[in-house]
Amino acid sequence: MTAQNPDNRTADNPKIIGKLLVLVVAMFGFGFALVPLYDVFCDVTGLNGKTGNKVSFEIAPIVDESRVIKVTFLTSLNESMPWNFQAEQSFIKVHPGKPTTVNFIAKNTSNKSIIGQAVPSVAPGLAAAYFQKTECFCFTQQKLKAGEEKLMPVTFIVDSKLPKGMNEIVLSYTFFVSNKNEQDLSVATYDETAKSKSLTLSLNQDHIL
Amino acid sequence: MRAVNRPLGLACLLLASNPTFADYQLNLAPGVTSTSQNSYDIHQIVMWICVVIGIVVYGVMTYSILNHTKAKNPNPAKFDDNLTIEILWTVIPVLILIGMAIPATSALLAMEDTSNSDMSIKVTGYQWKWHYDYVGEDVSFFSNLSTPMDQIKDKETKGENYLLEVDNTIVIPTGKKVRFLFTSNDVIHAWWVPAFGVKKDAIPGYINESWARVDEPGIYRGQCAELCGANHGFMPIVVEAKSEEDYLAWLNEKKTAQAAAAESGNKTWTMDELMAHGETAYITSCAACHQAAGEGIPNVFPALKGSAIAIGDITKHIDVVINGVANTGMQAFGPQLNDADLAAIITYERNAWGNSTGDMVQPSDVKAAR
Amino acid sequence: MNAVVEEHHDHDHKPTGLGRWLFSTNHKDIGSMYLWFSFTMFFIGGALALLIRAELFQPGMQIVEPEFFNQLTTLHGLIMVFGVIMPAFVGLANWQLPMMIGAPDMALPRMNNWSFWLLPGAFGMLLASLVMSIMGLGSAPNFGWTFYAPLSTTYGPDSTDYFIFSVHLMGISSVMGAINVIATIMNMRAPGMTYMKMPIFVWTWFITAYLLIAVMPVLAGVVTMMLTDRNFGTSFFSAAGGGDPVMFQHIFWFFGHPEVYIMILPAFGIISSIVPTFSRKPLFGYSSMVYATASIAFLSFIVWAHHMFTTGMPVAGELFFMYATMLIAIPTGVKVFNWISTMWRGSLTFETPMLFAIAFIFLFTMGGFTGLMLCIVPADFQYHDTYFVVAHFHYVLVTGAAFSIMAAVYFWLPKWTGNMYDEKLGKLHFWLTTISANVLFFPMHFVGLAGMPRRIPDYALQFAEFNQIASIGAFVFGFSQLIFLYVVIKCVRGGKKATGEVWEGAKGLEFELPSPAPFHSYTTPPEVK
Repeated sequence: MTAQNPDNRTADNPKIIGKLLVLVVAMFGFGFALVPLYDVFCDVTGLNGKTGNKVSFEIAPIVDESRVIKVTFLTSLNESMPWNFQAEQSFIKVHPGKPTTVNFIAKNTSNKSIIGQAVPSVAPGLAAAYFQKTECFCFTQQKLKAGEEKLMPVTFIVDSKLPKGMNEIVLSYTFFVSNKNEQDLSVATYDETAKSKSLTLSLNQDHIL
Repeated sequence: MRAVNRPLGLACLLLASNPTFADYQLNLAPGVTSTSQNSYDIHQIVMWICVVIGIVVYGVMTYSILNHTKAKNPNPAKFDDNLTIEILWTVIPVLILIGMAIPATSALLAMEDTSNSDMSIKVTGYQWKWHYDYVGEDVSFFSNLSTPMDQIKDKETKGENYLLEVDNTIVIPTGKKVRFLFTSNDVIHAWWVPAFGVKKDAIPGYINESWARVDEPGIYRGQCAELCGANHGFMPIVVEAKSEEDYLAWLNEKKTAQAAAAESGNKTWTMDELMAHGETAYITSCAACHQAAGEGIPNVFPALKGSAIAIGDITKHIDVVINGVANTGMQAFGPQLNDADLAAIITYERNAWGNSTGDMVQPSDVKAAR
Repeated sequence: MNAVVEEHHDHDHKPTGLGRWLFSTNHKDIGSMYLWFSFTMFFIGGALALLIRAELFQPGMQIVEPEFFNQLTTLHGLIMVFGVIMPAFVGLANWQLPMMIGAPDMALPRMNNWSFWLLPGAFGMLLASLVMSIMGLGSAPNFGWTFYAPLSTTYGPDSTDYFIFSVHLMGISSVMGAINVIATIMNMRAPGMTYMKMPIFVWTWFITAYLLIAVMPVLAGVVTMMLTDRNFGTSFFSAAGGGDPVMFQHIFWFFGHPEVYIMILPAFGIISSIVPTFSRKPLFGYSSMVYATASIAFLSFIVWAHHMFTTGMPVAGELFFMYATMLIAIPTGVKVFNWISTMWRGSLTFETPMLFAIAFIFLFTMGGFTGLMLCIVPADFQYHDTYFVVAHFHYVLVTGAAFSIMAAVYFWLPKWTGNMYDEKLGKLHFWLTTISANVLFFPMHFVGLAGMPRRIPDYALQFAEFNQIASIGAFVFGFSQLIFLYVVIKCVRGGKKATGEVWEGAKGLEFELPSPAPFHSYTTPPEVK
């Protein structure tokens, strides 16, 4: 066959097959690489409303007294999460650049100990890049024993570089049952003094979160 | 032929752009918000451009089919390229596309601006119902499909709003910019009201936003627009737009009703009351999976009729209903329903379909178990 | 192009018995197996569609439960995409590519065999889950062919893990097939056949093969992530563990969009082979056809998020994906204009392959128009997840890809079997299919615009009339395919003898072989001028 077809390049088969197999493996790896790439892209562009479960540090924030930003708090529970979870106040008005602390209250109403993971989300998505949390219960998993109630603070700063047209931000937390419920992972300390404050807040059981 | 075709063609065009023509609606409806109007306008522009291009292209092709047959043209031409025309039919489409992209871009920028809203409603998708929470108002409720199962099973004639009716509608004031904040309790759902031009995914763990400003009072209906499990087709949306005073009146009524429902958790119920209320609540909240006669769907949703849980230990039964069962489709209904509803449902399940345990569960029992 | 006269080997012997098929390394036999497999799956997937349309004939739930309906739509989609369209195109590639380039067989005949036999295994698993579901043993996959998380991960039935395994097998089959195609085309062309002298069908498959190699592994990645999320404690798509359900969609559609081009580029190649033949004119603009195909393939990688406009993407993202998608209209338009220019001032005859090819051009273009409408974001908010989308993709996949496959079968059957098929029955099949396909899918545009969402087993009353019409079209369409089956079987068994050229003015190395093409052809390569 080769003698009759001087153009026959069947001998080249192993080479091209080798190259294609490398490409296949590379694309498979690329699929997995899309996972961290996705996060990097979201962080760099601030898209997708992800504020990240990580601490952000501000160096001498500039406070802009001329602007007032309304930050609304929403709380949700993922299905089967038998907790009560509410914000102490439904919104707050802040100046950009000024650190502000607000509280959330969670109560485990079931009869067993549960570790929860709070997932934050900011709307509009583009505001996420300008919303910095320096302290948040979403940074760690939260373990509540049966019947335990806990006050959970969040300290945040709205960056003064927030685009001019944006004056309303929504910060939402959804509590999920952590998939690490078998292990006892790093837990925030239970604040005794906060407990007495929270018991005066009546949690209306019919007020669905 | 030609003389007839032209007016006929015009009539067809007119019909096609008329949004509703009996029940044979052909086209998108303009809706009642600037968003929906934008969608409609862009749709019309792009569609008619495509129609015109289609007429030209199909016209040329039809001409060729009719006139360049072997019989009529036995000696085929030999050309196989023509640079000028190839450049033309590359450049002209680019220009047409730019012509579409410009209005589309400005329409989109107008639609995506959620700033300066007058009020917010948090919308949570559940399997298979919607939950609405008026942010800052302390009014929240579930909204379930209210079409009776008998209509779905063809045992009763279907009502006018078949599959598009709910037990609790949401009400918004006209003339106000209402911001909607979407999330989900479980899987991805999508909230869609065609008349508003609003469709947004409701994603667990994340918040999406959209807005609507409705000037015309009326009732507007929509559906879930993302496959979310068995009853994806059975979780509609009904929004009533009312004048601001009517809206405020409704809001007050809702607050009063909520307080009353909370109160009902404090009284003692009779067996008849529990069974009657339990049956309605069961149909609304449980029958989607466990079926109207408690028979379930084998290996998908367990039967309650004759089940160990419904006949056995009452504490366990209450626990399952309040806290759900991890890693299954059984949701925790504790956060979703009040003590009275739960007590009635559990009582009903323990006594209906031949289960006949004779047990009664009071709202106070449920409250103690939480 | 002149071919050296083929030396007649008297011993055109083939292996016999079951072994001939199980252990085949012959591109023609393997091509036939792919085509018969695809045809069988077409009837199975079609039966599921008829069940769906039967339920949707009237408002109300008459036939199946909503949960089972979701299984039907899921399996219908998976079977048609992975079990019908893709294997059919691979079957056509197997039959045609070696003959078209003057090669004796594919580059890797044994791997070719494995590529095929993986498929019955994969689909056996998938169909088994459906059978088990009917027997009441648990749900088959019920989350749509696009299997979004967390519906498919956290909330997926037990059969999901078998679904994942099945997808892996299909993916391996496709990737091996694509490697085979590329190696064959690059290394085994007859002397004198430069790249720009290759038949256009070879070009479209060459480009499709690269697309397959690029994106099937990404699909493998995403289903593996699903597998570990479901069974090994990872949280790629679960917000609870720091993951993101929207990321699933990004990765899936990064595969998914090139996938739909994988399902149409070979169709373009087929139409580009048939139209010149029956116009008795060379293909207009051969090189721009090649460049247009390559541009479409390249652009297909940067448009994926046009499936995700309602997920809450920022405006900049929406605009980018809108513009990029609009660009694809340009090379696609070029192709349509080139086909029409090929017909222009030709000497047209309208045998069945040409009828299907012309219907393709008309109707695929319709699907192209609705595709353009869909990518316009402000309008897409009203179209997304409605029957308008269902109409669009059925036009491009049924009256597009499937019609091209039917056209190809009619076109090349005489070459494969040595017999002409029954032209009268072929035309009957064509007319019934084309008319019923439009009765079935055109009304879907209307109900979609009127507000009917997708993937629902029951609907509000205002959608009833058009759904009824569509269901009638569906049954006529489905049963018309039995005519096709009859025509194919009848042709295999006998008919008027076909010449080597088969069609007057047919060009290409395959038409320089006798009909039926010998079991081993071009063992001595032809000289191409």
